[in-house]
Amino acid sequence: MTGHTDWRALVAVAMVLLIAPAIPGIATKTKSVLTGRRGAPVLQGYRDLAKLVRKGRVYSDVSTWVFRAGPVVVVASLVLALLMLPLDGRSAPLHFAGDVVAFAGALALGRFALVLSGLDTGSSFEGMGASREVTIASFAEPVLFLCFAALVLATGHLSLNGAVGPAIGAAWPRDTASLVLVALALFVLLLAENARVPVDDPATHLELTMVHEVIVLDHSGPDLALVLYGSALKLTLFAALLVCVVVPRAALRAWTAPVAVAAGVAVVAVLVGVVESAMARLRLTRVPQLIVGAGALALFGIILLLR
Amino acid sequence: MTGLRDSGLRNRRAVPLGAVPRESVDEFRRTVIEAVQDGWRLAAMFGMPHDDEAVLLTAVLADDARGELGATTTVVRERYPALTPDCPQAHAFEREIAEQCAVRPDGHPWLKPLRRHLPDHRPPARGDVVLDPAHHPFFRVEGAEVHEVAVGPVHAGIIEPGHFRFQAHGEDVLFLEIMLGYQHRGVERLLETAPRERAVHVAESIAGDTVIGHAGAACGAYEALARCRKTPRAQAIRGIALELERIANHVGDLGAIAGDVAFQPAAAAFGALRGECLNMLMTLSGNRTGRGLIRPGGVLWDLTDDMARELRARLERLREELELAASTMFGSASVQARLEGVGVVSAVKVAELGFVGPVARASEVPRDVRHDHPYGIFRFAHVPMTTAWAGDVHARTLVRWHEVRRSIEFAIEQLGALPRGNTMTACGALRPDELVVAMQEGWRGELVHVVVTGGRGEVRRHKVVDASFHNWAALALAMPGNQISDFPLCNKSFNLSYAGHDL
Repeated sequence: MTGHTDWRALVAVAMVLLIAPAIPGIATKTKSVLTGRRGAPVLQGYRDLAKLVRKGRVYSDVSTWVFRAGPVVVVASLVLALLMLPLDGRSAPLHFAGDVVAFAGALALGRFALVLSGLDTGSSFEGMGASREVTIASFAEPVLFLCFAALVLATGHLSLNGAVGPAIGAAWPRDTASLVLVALALFVLLLAENARVPVDDPATHLELTMVHEVIVLDHSGPDLALVLYGSALKLTLFAALLVCVVVPRAALRAWTAPVAVAAGVAVVAVLVGVVESAMARLRLTRVPQLIVGAGALALFGIILLLR
Repeated sequence: MTGLRDSGLRNRRAVPLGAVPRESVDEFRRTVIEAVQDGWRLAAMFGMPHDDEAVLLTAVLADDARGELGATTTVVRERYPALTPDCPQAHAFEREIAEQCAVRPDGHPWLKPLRRHLPDHRPPARGDVVLDPAHHPFFRVEGAEVHEVAVGPVHAGIIEPGHFRFQAHGEDVLFLEIMLGYQHRGVERLLETAPRERAVHVAESIAGDTVIGHAGAACGAYEALARCRKTPRAQAIRGIALELERIANHVGDLGAIAGDVAFQPAAAAFGALRGECLNMLMTLSGNRTGRGLIRPGGVLWDLTDDMARELRARLERLREELELAASTMFGSASVQARLEGVGVVSAVKVAELGFVGPVARASEVPRDVRHDHPYGIFRFAHVPMTTAWAGDVHARTLVRWHEVRRSIEFAIEQLGALPRGNTMTACGALRPDELVVAMQEGWRGELVHVVVTGGRGEVRRHKVVDASFHNWAALALAMPGNQISDFPLCNKSFNLSYAGHDL
């Protein structure tokens, strides 16, 4: 299925896995600097993970294996999705016709596992967070498919390998307007899927307003480390997807392409920080409107392609 | 309403106990209920042992429009017909009386413990407990899809303990019941039994963020009972301290509200500026909380001319920086969209339940002790009252901001025109058998200290009513119909004191 995978593509994946914990750090640092504070070090994410893996786990009496499996499935599904991205601009380690659906499916699987592990604790908070996460996802997922549909139409490839790989370079001069709209929609999606302002506030301590954070209140030690790593990886994954769309890398050398992706991901993280320091969070009931708005952008992109 | 006005009671003017009417229970009920219907407000209601068996109930009413106070009393035994069904303002007061004095208000619609402690003001010969502290069932909404969310008393942030029980349908809140009492320390008992020098320290500790407010009200009561006249300079310094406390807390709240809606620029700016406000309080009192400044007879520390000049310059600078932060916050469409329409308290509810402070003023109910019952410096220098009409989180935020502006204005003006003279006059023994009501507009709203002296001039009863005592009900009423995710923001816009309620 994978064909002959270039081992350098795997190196690119490994690099993304390695830099992931720093990406939320960049967003937080940007926010701190822009609001006149010093902020935590960019590499704080690594320290937190190192601290958490050394700690013990605490499990509630009422939780089952579902709770324990959650964090592992979350990270595994994200890694699976990452394998489908052609980071070096040539080929993804894992690709087949129609893998755009598999990509969305992997994300859904991770979310499903996380939500189940939250529900498994029986806590009313986590149930509330789970319900919010699923509600937001039910709006976000169709938008992701609309974005993919636009990319498939623009490039003629049913696989991410082509759609955001070599073929995207040729599509940009031809369908600039559509691709700009898709990129905008993907950025909104990134904010929504990763619990950032204006959809959620990653810095809040208020359990009643949280979306993502409240589901994982009961996770501790290495499990929490996996959850935090999963959150960082998800942000990095979406940023990488956005960079793959915006930056055609086929012309770059095999070594410089992944570096360009990494730099692009950092730029996206800075953008996230800028958004977070410029606006307040939306009321929870307004979140679907934002995501549907992003969907409308992607839909316009498709319409422009159907001329 | 016979006799309510006759006693000549005013803010900080003591009257002999004999001048306060003693009525039968039925007359007492009628007096209070009719007065409230006529626009008076129940400022305090409390019980104290009358003899070995009976309890003396006292109701203190305020006529804000005329600036008058009135009081009436009655003697009850095990039970009496509750006022609450006809006068909702008495709701929490009667639960408190049942808990403190072991008297049952018959017909009270929701008679359950308020703070969950044993009676500490019951007549000595009575051993019974009317409200079992361990028995406190919650109001429930029945239905297949209705679910309960219990929050606290341990919270995720570093805040005081309180328990919130939501009846919710999905994200929609159907009902909120708030249970407090975790901070109960027996403040009233301490104020009554401690020597006067120590009692002021207790008053300063009623709520850690309202030090000047409560100390000022307690000292106001002592001074009135001792017929002690403060010097104009002491009054001015007290007024400045009170406004500095208001500025510091309001600025902190503005930052916290910005933080709750994840609007970082304003949260960071207000958070930093709150520190500067507290530092000014330190210049005045030697510490950032304002402790040790206000004592019976005046203030312990004087302001030198240099300090007054320096404070003025710092306030001018603070004003500029605050204006900038506020324009960022109120100029941001996303902040405005987030704050408007959330947690509305109607003016009708304010009037019905007697809410006070910025909560009342944000619903366009002009209610401000500095204005209605002026005392000290506020008799000579008026701080304009701030109101807003919407009654939502945005209105409460806006009222806070404009109060900050006006308090800064006031403090700058007073610092430039400090009267000369001493800051302390001797405060002697308290007159026997008198009753005094000392009210003060703390930053959360009206603070009421009622002190009743006994035959030897000892403190027989010291009743404390913090603004939070009234206003917690406002939060509970503001939530139904809102989203549960809006609760923290709504809560922050009230920012009520747990300690001030729990005493």
